[in-house]
Amino acid sequence: MSAPASSFRATDRELASLGRQRLVRSFLLFMTAMLVLPVLGILAVLIWQGGPGLSLEFFLDDPKKNMTAGGIFPALVGTVWLTAVALLLAFPLGVAAAIYLSEYAKDSLLTRTINVAIVNLAGVPSIVHALFGVGAFVHFMQFGQSILAASCTLAVMTLPVIIVAARESLQAVPQPFREACWSLGATRWQTIWRVVLPNSGSGILTGVILCISRAVGETAPIMFTGAVLYVPFTPEGVLDQTMALSLHLYNISTAVSNVPPGLPFSVALTLIGVVLLMNATAIAFRMRLRGRKKW
Amino acid sequence: MRRAAAAAEFDRRDASWWMDRIAQGCVFAGGISAIVFIVGILAFIATQGMEFAANRLSWTEFFGSIAWRPNGHPPQYGALALIAGTASITAVAMALVVPLSLGAAIYIGEFARGKTREWLKILIELLAAIPSVVWGVIGLNVMGPLMTDVFGVPSGLNLLNAGIILGLMAAPIMTTIAEDALKAVPDTYREAAEALGATKWQVVLRVVLPHARPGLSAAGLLGVGRAVGETIAVLMASGHAITVPESLFDSVRSLTATIASELGETAHGDDHYQALFVLGMLLFAITFAINLTADSIVRGIRRKKA
Repeated sequence: MSAPASSFRATDRELASLGRQRLVRSFLLFMTAMLVLPVLGILAVLIWQGGPGLSLEFFLDDPKKNMTAGGIFPALVGTVWLTAVALLLAFPLGVAAAIYLSEYAKDSLLTRTINVAIVNLAGVPSIVHALFGVGAFVHFMQFGQSILAASCTLAVMTLPVIIVAARESLQAVPQPFREACWSLGATRWQTIWRVVLPNSGSGILTGVILCISRAVGETAPIMFTGAVLYVPFTPEGVLDQTMALSLHLYNISTAVSNVPPGLPFSVALTLIGVVLLMNATAIAFRMRLRGRKKW
Repeated sequence: MRRAAAAAEFDRRDASWWMDRIAQGCVFAGGISAIVFIVGILAFIATQGMEFAANRLSWTEFFGSIAWRPNGHPPQYGALALIAGTASITAVAMALVVPLSLGAAIYIGEFARGKTREWLKILIELLAAIPSVVWGVIGLNVMGPLMTDVFGVPSGLNLLNAGIILGLMAAPIMTTIAEDALKAVPDTYREAAEALGATKWQVVLRVVLPHARPGLSAAGLLGVGRAVGETIAVLMASGHAITVPESLFDSVRSLTATIASELGETAHGDDHYQALFVLGMLLFAITFAINLTADSIVRGIRRKKA
């Protein structure tokens, strides 16, 4: 064997570190799998245990026999109410905040404070949001336990989600777009309204979808502010109390006795179905957006 | 004179000028809303619990006693067992999931490519999307019975159960932030190490990880913040016993779960109601401190990079 040929062969040391790399790589893959497999496992369990209970009547019927049978119609309607009102409140506020941060704010103490506030608002525990809702909306503003109070609480909670998503998509609009518009004599607001917002619409929509998904799944913030165990009717206005899907699931799992074992899984499957559908839409939106953007 | 005329020409006060002003005002109001709300939360929680905290609550009892009996005669408000509950659940969750999250972040950030990477990221995102109450149902109806079967313990609703659930809930944010921290290490560093003949793993271990350390600790902190604040899932999976746990299979009760389970049985303004707001204040202070620290670390990294 000639000398040059052997110099291209890996030494034992190099082979050892390559072997170690392969080992580590599979171990890291294993760790990743430990995190993502539970998602699939949970879905599988929910579908297996809760799937048979799903039917059109399940979605359209009232709960019966002390909530141990029947459907979830009032809870579904209640969740739609809570989420819609929360979105109605959080959307304008969140987009306004995002526009301010992206288009107006300079790098000042105020801006930094706003950013810190957003991060912390997102990190406040949901039960603390609930306490705030009880103190501020139920008692201080005297909304009582109502859809309005619960939705206000949810809106405060989901505000950071909308702000962050909207700010990101506004900042992704290239600066020359704005400059071209200014040079035509447009005011700042005209530029934002006619150029910046239309070019970031899908990004903002992604934020809205994520916000809905968050609001649909939350339980703690609504359980003392407006959602209740059982009301025999669907809400007619924002000052009514209502049932909600997430709280209904909590109640039939803990407070109601003699619940058939499949029922909580069916409700959980419905809830997670709504949430995952929302998230999947948001992800698909984002991917299409990333693919299409040419600037 | 001509100059003034020119200035007047530009200084038009027409409809669009006013529209611009009004919009700026509205947008500014939106901008400061986050500050208004965070201050509002602090103010409301503090004032609701203040009268009781200032006059009738003994702080030595609050931080020194494990007897939380708000309905007792006389009522006792010792939060130590609840604090221990929160701390122990958080510790178990972090011990289980910090290594996994770090490993996943390294795999997704440094090893996985193309479609695999996209899919793993999506799955992690979906993990984050599972609602708290669904985790609770899993803890209560799946993990609980499983735990009694496997370990033969009297109650499947215990510290370990809650820790596993909570860990999985906190994992997505830790993985995402940790991956961001790895991504922030400049590629030139990796290339330099690879040019010296280092394998990918050697690059990660010797170059990337040491550089990403501040960001990784921020990721861990945010995970802790998430775990401390989680409510419904813990309430359902932890077994609800007010004790300082001695083993992984003891039932415990967290600060958050206490507020969630007892607020409904209080009357507005009574001592018990106010005591729960004091617990809320404590939670707010803990998570605020954690988030502030993590945020300043992340911000520091971003500034250094720029």
